[in-house]
Amino acid sequence: MLLRHTPKEIGERGALTINPAKTCQPIGAMYAALGIHGCLPHSHGSQGCCAYHRSTLTRHYKEPISAATSSFTEGSSVFGGQANLLQAIETIFTVYDPEVIAVHTTCLSETIGDDLPQIIDKADKAGKIPPGRRVIYANTPSYVGSHVTGFSNMVKGMAATARKSGQKNGKVNVIPGWVEPADMEEIKRLAALLGVEIILFPDTSGVLNGPLDGQFQMYPPGGVTMDELKSTGDSTGTLALGEWCSAEAARLLDTSCKVPCRVLEMPYGLKATDRFVDALRTIAGVSVGDEINHERGQLVDMISDMHQYFYHKQVAMAGDPDQLIALCEFLVSIDMWPRHVVTGTPGRAFEERIRQITAGLPYQVNVKAGAGADLFLFHQWIKNDPVDLLLGNTYLKYIARDEDIPLLRFGFPILDRVGHQYFPSVGYKGGLRLLEKILGALLDRKDRDDPEQSFELVM
Amino acid sequence: MATKENGLPGWDPASVKEEMLRQYPPKVARKRAKQMVINQPRPDGSPEIMANVRTIPGIITMRGCTYAGCKGVIMGPTRDIVNITHGPIGCGFYSWLTRRNQTDASAPGAENYMTYSFSTDMQDKDIIFGGEKKLEQAISEAYDLFHPKAIAVFATCPVGLIGDDIHAVAARMKKQFGDCNVFAFSCEGYKGVSQSAGHHIANNQVFRHVVGNNDESKPGKFKISLLGEYNIGGDGFEIDRVLNKCGITNLATFSGNSTYDQFASAHTSDLNCVMCHRSINYVADMLETKFGVPWIKVNFIGAGATAKSLRKIAQYFDDPELTARVEEVIAEEMPAVRAALTEVKPRTQDKTAMLFVGGSRAHHYQELFKEMGMKTISAGYEFAHRDDYEGRQVIPNLTVDADSRNIEELEVEPDPQRYRARKAPEKIGELAQSGLPMKDYEGLIPDMEPGSMIIDDLNQYEAEKLVELVKPDIFCAGIKEKFSVQKMGIPLKQLHSYDSGGPYAGFKGAVNFYHEIDRLVNSKVWGYLKAPWQENPELSATYVWE
Repeated sequence: MLLRHTPKEIGERGALTINPAKTCQPIGAMYAALGIHGCLPHSHGSQGCCAYHRSTLTRHYKEPISAATSSFTEGSSVFGGQANLLQAIETIFTVYDPEVIAVHTTCLSETIGDDLPQIIDKADKAGKIPPGRRVIYANTPSYVGSHVTGFSNMVKGMAATARKSGQKNGKVNVIPGWVEPADMEEIKRLAALLGVEIILFPDTSGVLNGPLDGQFQMYPPGGVTMDELKSTGDSTGTLALGEWCSAEAARLLDTSCKVPCRVLEMPYGLKATDRFVDALRTIAGVSVGDEINHERGQLVDMISDMHQYFYHKQVAMAGDPDQLIALCEFLVSIDMWPRHVVTGTPGRAFEERIRQITAGLPYQVNVKAGAGADLFLFHQWIKNDPVDLLLGNTYLKYIARDEDIPLLRFGFPILDRVGHQYFPSVGYKGGLRLLEKILGALLDRKDRDDPEQSFELVM
Repeated sequence: MATKENGLPGWDPASVKEEMLRQYPPKVARKRAKQMVINQPRPDGSPEIMANVRTIPGIITMRGCTYAGCKGVIMGPTRDIVNITHGPIGCGFYSWLTRRNQTDASAPGAENYMTYSFSTDMQDKDIIFGGEKKLEQAISEAYDLFHPKAIAVFATCPVGLIGDDIHAVAARMKKQFGDCNVFAFSCEGYKGVSQSAGHHIANNQVFRHVVGNNDESKPGKFKISLLGEYNIGGDGFEIDRVLNKCGITNLATFSGNSTYDQFASAHTSDLNCVMCHRSINYVADMLETKFGVPWIKVNFIGAGATAKSLRKIAQYFDDPELTARVEEVIAEEMPAVRAALTEVKPRTQDKTAMLFVGGSRAHHYQELFKEMGMKTISAGYEFAHRDDYEGRQVIPNLTVDADSRNIEELEVEPDPQRYRARKAPEKIGELAQSGLPMKDYEGLIPDMEPGSMIIDDLNQYEAEKLVELVKPDIFCAGIKEKFSVQKMGIPLKQLHSYDSGGPYAGFKGAVNFYHEIDRLVNSKVWGYLKAPWQENPELSATYVWE
């Protein structure tokens, strides 16, 4: 057994986290910053933070992840990191020539109390920021929230660059939240089908799903441009997908530029996608064309065709709050039964929303967020109440193997499978893919376990 | 492809160096220039290289931090210690199962905590009010849940700043438990200039708190310990297979596939064999000073190097039976190696390689490339020191700067009861005379050909330039470098944790490596980078259907 020391009996733990269902803020900020065109993310802290984040993102995407670091030493930790950041800004613009540097902090620079706006201002006044280039920032203390919080903070940092010119641009801002490049592409495709012009930020499509063609482009063609970000202040409205990932940035645009916003759940599955499409058509004042109705119908068709195989199957899921809420709703909407739900990201609203979604089930789901919500507890719950399917990141494969339960890989990080870069999970098309994968996992298991006499050719 | 000639391929390292430095601000260029050396043999030894110095802020470096070197590299591969990261969640998360150091915990009742990540997940209130109480409670909870024989605590950056006394907490808990060794590592990420500082901090504490705790005599006629072998991809398994076959007992590996007890009884070995000089040579020195165990440098990367290392061990023990057995084993293992070489060499001969990795690997893996007829035209370490480049004779002259000064050097004295010189000084002298000097390492540079370029702490920009200008057939570095290099159409073999595959050590490992490199440099995929219409954009004059 790989997790042989995990007992079935659940004891109280108040201080020890075992097998976390989250990681720290800066990696989220780095991922978000990669969704800006021509941007070099910069980690203001020790070298290791940057190395760890780059490694994890590289393993997840199998793509180059360029990001720089302030390379703190013991001296900078005592005297503050200002000199390091000033030198870093100069080095980066001279050697790597980005259009924008997106600085995020770490637990080290936050504990010291480095004042980013002051340091960036000093760099500007000292002429270290070439004309037309920008340095944006987000405070991402690792000891608050999770990687999701860090993502949200950097997206908010992006929204802070918006300016209201007085002239509306006729576009809708869409803040997609922490989804894959393929999902961002899919959101843009859906908007184009609706005929709605959007500004999507961040946008990692075309950045983290690039081709192999003999060129290394440090700044690939994708990403939201700084001009577009500036122009978000002139948009008709903002749709923020995901309370945890995107709402803060949308609210900032509302207060700073008076761009009205709506916060929706992430468009995974039928109902959340319905709400997204409906909101987008309402805000833009357009009607929904046949292509989208057709795609929706295809998803409904697959749900109906294969209902017998997933009906009342129980699922244990771990991951990030916005994704889990939408996925949980999708599962319930097709008559699957979430059983255990864990996110390391704090937020009481999460537990409430999951309870609300699962209120019609014949049992109370196990749900926990934040402190104490780790994969160790999740595994113990599974030992006590076994399920038919696991849904979550690659770390769940240890539980899957020990407990002999099929695993559908979803979320971050996925270190051992590919596809998430290229195939969307959002929208109706994404719903088809999710359902295909759920069915694949369940039916492979059925084929493995069915006795010979009832082994089925047709399913 | 670079021009192939006799000797090194036709490239001009001086102009490549100039090109790499051109874009840098003057101060950066001056510093980097001292970390790039074109190899020219000199009568007084190797050319001097600047190493183990700070990376310039803003540079996209390959390096990691002290915590990564301590918790990830050195302590990561030991299966029966509960490793608790004291800090915010990230560090414990990223060092969780990501290094491919395999372990064999198949024995009944064997403990294995390597699949777990333990953390105090510090929150803002812990940063403000201090985290000692939470740490104490976390250790207590780990003890109650698992009753391990040892619990280790690792400090992350903020711990040093807020002043949590993790060593006092560890000592208190150890006393309270009575049957569980608890010790801590002050391996805050900002210490030192690279992972190397973390290796040192880890090894010091293992030496201080664990080595020597078990005096029980272990069975075996020829007892060695293997220092600086981390069982990536099962390397250690293959080395152990070969050693066992020879009748050599490996009592303790630091730290691949290791257990607490291996460290505790390592001092009962009769010879220490050092694989990774960088990460552990000082432990070998301390084991010699305190317990009288001499050390030799070995290298099990490369079939020839493996044979050579086995012969060195036999020479040390000076036993005719062992010497004969070692020759038998080499004779048994080599045919498969030769067969593999016969198969791959026509496809690998004269191809060029660049290696930028680790503190030993950029040296060791050149053996394998040599065996395949490939040439290493440029190499360098990520976190090594000058002695790893130029040889141990430079150690007395190394500059102790602010960054190395704060890494503790243990003062070690001979153990009054347990010190036992394994060989008389005359015998050691004789061995040296006959070609087996103790504690000797000549470093990477003397092994490289004239005209090759050695670059310390290579960064992404320089890697890109090197690949663009020189176009080696294969580039070896880490996961962060992999895809930027491959985008340019040059395969990259990850040599930290191999990405996949292994073992590459020993005889079977050599065969694996030949096939892996053959696969990489000759993969069809590198021929697909351009679509037919991109290769021939002009429309041809006639169409097939005309």
